[in-house]
Amino acid sequence: MLVLTRKIGESIQIGDDITIKVVGVDGDQIKLGIDAPKHVDIHRQEIYQMIQEENKAASQLTRGVIDLLSGK
Amino acid sequence: MKIDTLYFGEINIDQEKVITFENGLPGFQDEQEYTLLNLPDNQAFQILQSVHTRELAFVLTVPYFTYQDYEFDLDQGTVSQLEIEKPEDVTVYSIVTLHDSLKNSTLNLQAPVVINVKNNRGKQVVLTDTNYKTKHPLQPESEGQAHASTHAENR
Repeated sequence: MLVLTRKIGESIQIGDDITIKVVGVDGDQIKLGIDAPKHVDIHRQEIYQMIQEENKAASQLTRGVIDLLSGK
Repeated sequence: MKIDTLYFGEINIDQEKVITFENGLPGFQDEQEYTLLNLPDNQAFQILQSVHTRELAFVLTVPYFTYQDYEFDLDQGTVSQLEIEKPEDVTVYSIVTLHDSLKNSTLNLQAPVVINVKNNRGKQVVLTDTNYKTKHPLQPESEGQAHASTHAENR
């Protein structure tokens, strides 16, 4: 993992069109401002992982499970 | 086009029934093309079936059946990704996580599936700053629960 040290107000540039700026620091909380093209989705990681896991659980379908819906 | 489906076997669908999820779904980024199939015996649910992978399918339902007050703001990024022009062009579904009975099954209200029916572009939107979670009861009312659980146990 690349590790960079930045001060408040400084940024990191990723590729041509993604900028991450350190907006503020308050104790152990760091505020980041992110500029990215609209097609790039930005998520808090733990939330995104939760959705990934829920999707994996939801996709474990079998005919029998779907039959539940038909009341078979 | 012919596609192989989990529930209906091999079927034919029109190319125009293909819904494109440009970024896939979280956890399934490589799968970008799906189609919506109706269940013959239950119109409350639909199957979002991958066009390319037989085993990949999700059960969807319209969340408003159960959660009439469900609402969220669609972010500008999604509006432009899906090229949404009018609110009426948008259909919102929730993914159902089915368990051993309908009573134990849940709805993911935190990450709705949004489809622009005008151009068949879809996206699973991850809501932020929301009280909605990934596991809301599919049948929040106790009467419905009792019925469904009896039903499931009798199988």
